[in-house]
Amino acid sequence: MKEYDISGAEAVTLALIAEGVDIVFGYPGGSNLPIYDSFFKHKEQINHVLVRHEQGAIHAAEGYAEVSGKVGVCMVTSGPGATNLITGIADAQLDSVPIVCITGQVGISNLGYDAFQETDVVGISMPVTKWNYQITKAEEISETLSKAFYIARSGRPGPVLIDITKNAQTEKLTQFEYEKCRKINSYHPKFRPIDEAVEEAAMLLNNATKPFMVVGHGVLLSGCKDEVATLSKTLDMPVASTLLGLSAIPCDNPLYAGMVGLHGNYAANKMTNECDVLLAVGMRFDDRVTSNVQKYARQAKIIHIEIDPSEINKLVSVSVPIVSDAKSALNKLIPLLQTSSHGQWLDIMRNYRKEEEEKVFARDLDSNTQVLRMGRVVKAISQKMPNGTITVTDVGQNQMAAARYFDYQSDDCLVTSGGLGTMGFALPAAIGAWYANKMLNQPIVCIMGDGGFQMTIEELGVIMQYKIPLKMILLNNNYLGMIRQLQDMYYDSRYYFGELQNPKFTKIVEAYDIPAKKISKQEELLPAIQEMLTTAGPYFLEVKVEKEDNIFPVVPSGAGVDEMILRKEDE
Amino acid sequence: MKHKFTLLIYTENHIGLLNRISIIFTRHKINIESLNTSPAMEKNLHSFVITIFATWQQAEHLRKLIEKQVEVFKAFLYEEKDVIAMEVALFKISLKGIGPHNVLEQLIRQSSARIITVEPEFLVVEKTGTQNDIHEFLEKLSMFDIREFIQSGRVVVTRPMGKLTEYLANLERQEEQ
Repeated sequence: MKEYDISGAEAVTLALIAEGVDIVFGYPGGSNLPIYDSFFKHKEQINHVLVRHEQGAIHAAEGYAEVSGKVGVCMVTSGPGATNLITGIADAQLDSVPIVCITGQVGISNLGYDAFQETDVVGISMPVTKWNYQITKAEEISETLSKAFYIARSGRPGPVLIDITKNAQTEKLTQFEYEKCRKINSYHPKFRPIDEAVEEAAMLLNNATKPFMVVGHGVLLSGCKDEVATLSKTLDMPVASTLLGLSAIPCDNPLYAGMVGLHGNYAANKMTNECDVLLAVGMRFDDRVTSNVQKYARQAKIIHIEIDPSEINKLVSVSVPIVSDAKSALNKLIPLLQTSSHGQWLDIMRNYRKEEEEKVFARDLDSNTQVLRMGRVVKAISQKMPNGTITVTDVGQNQMAAARYFDYQSDDCLVTSGGLGTMGFALPAAIGAWYANKMLNQPIVCIMGDGGFQMTIEELGVIMQYKIPLKMILLNNNYLGMIRQLQDMYYDSRYYFGELQNPKFTKIVEAYDIPAKKISKQEELLPAIQEMLTTAGPYFLEVKVEKEDNIFPVVPSGAGVDEMILRKEDE
Repeated sequence: MKHKFTLLIYTENHIGLLNRISIIFTRHKINIESLNTSPAMEKNLHSFVITIFATWQQAEHLRKLIEKQVEVFKAFLYEEKDVIAMEVALFKISLKGIGPHNVLEQLIRQSSARIITVEPEFLVVEKTGTQNDIHEFLEKLSMFDIREFIQSGRVVVTRPMGKLTEYLANLERQEEQ
């Protein structure tokens, strides 16, 4: 046993280093200053990015985690610092993002007595964390942090919050040992796929005439893109993706049917309700995927590969549940599959795709209109980006345009807020994504709307200070576009409190020493994209897009996924 | 159709776990009818016995969410027919103006209750039984001046013969190494 004379704060830093953490997104305050002071001592080993608001810290940690596959870490002070994390924690919980949040807390003698900047953050964060714990003694730091990292990344990943009282940070330890946690008695995060279930799934798939696969975030988390490609090729089976599963299969794969869901692709949604066997991998039948769940894939036998047992039969009753991570299950399933051919079924897919191309793509991607439309802008950017591009989106119409019209390739990555739909996510998440990607130096495109951009606009300061070369695209329609669309469709076009009087965004951005340009015409688009991509460092491109435009196709409220409408006149 | 279900939950004994479990019910707007926590027979394990009214689907969903908590070893869901349940109630009855004690004593004997203590001003009666037994006894005592009444959460043993240690060993086997 080694002898030390270190503070609890330094123990926190050493624990982070032992976990391989090289960057922390944070904001200092009175209750975490001892940890910041120990960071100073170890600044060669651990980097810190000073965000402008604590929400920015956790979204940056999410972006970092999504791109790196490692646990993202953010650190804030007690009270408002801690409560400002809550939206991001809920976001990470719903989208299964591994995060460790370290919050400072007032000293143990002040706990519960309404001390300055004291909040019960353990209580507040309990419903939105995978696990949380309050450390009140320095000797708890080592074991607790190793548990925190293990829990955050194992099984279905998620956010963990560790609250550390100030006295625990300043207390001295005479010994410090750090051992990575590998097991917790009460926690069983990972199960082997059961042989009988896999065999039954193989039997259903081998006998299917219209097999269909939907892949979700779990495929990316377990790293089984190759297995998805092999399986779909063997069975000649079309594959669709959820929003968070985009890039699990390249868009140009002939078996790719598109994105499922509310604003998904026509083929993907129609085929969901026509297939005879539905293989769902690493997805959770979110209501944005199923729409009216009573009408979802009722005709199909459903095989559900899912790591979280509580997701099995939660919303959709399945024929064959396989509790496992996606990679293990697919690796066990593939050897049992027979090479098949489903030409007629694929013809159906191609026909649906053609119909969507004619009725939706032709309009959205039209390069001859005066006014620019979101789809056209996203497609033009996509065509200029290399394989390996990281796309970060905000929430709303900009997100759906980016999901539908960016051609995701095998090495691409999409970072977006799926489950919680957190406006303001994109800018800080893109910052985190850049730190994860620093060594690879792949381009990062951050697509936002004018509503969401203004929710975390302060993070431009981080981009300026650390010279982060983000390519920011603002699709500005001077509206909360998705809200306007909902008011158009379901509230007789009573547009109430959705229109925004916006500032001159380029001037704001330029005040941060970031080059900025605003365009509004077709002929300006391609040169502007070229300028954005050839400009070293960060760049901000504001595109004035059609003011009152709806995202189509859409599944109307209460309808089944096969009842989606392709254009406004079909409503 | 809602029925009475009992959740038997085995956990670590950690601060905050009760909150972590109870907010699962809050989020689903399901009232906890009865709750009892105590050390379990197995070393270092704690048990929660929670009674709710819910549909089977709701109850099973809640069971899974509870079992998902890091510090929960295992959560079991039982219908009424699968548990043998008891509760304990204490009654503090004023002796002032009570008259001859034999009526009360007879009632206590007939109801398989017992007197715990007799003080100059009151006596305390304990009744163990099902919730119905206790409520019936309370009705019978209504002719007396009951100053306090307190009832415990239910404790249960289950009819299936599986042992917790066997379930846990099975979990270990299923878990990927």
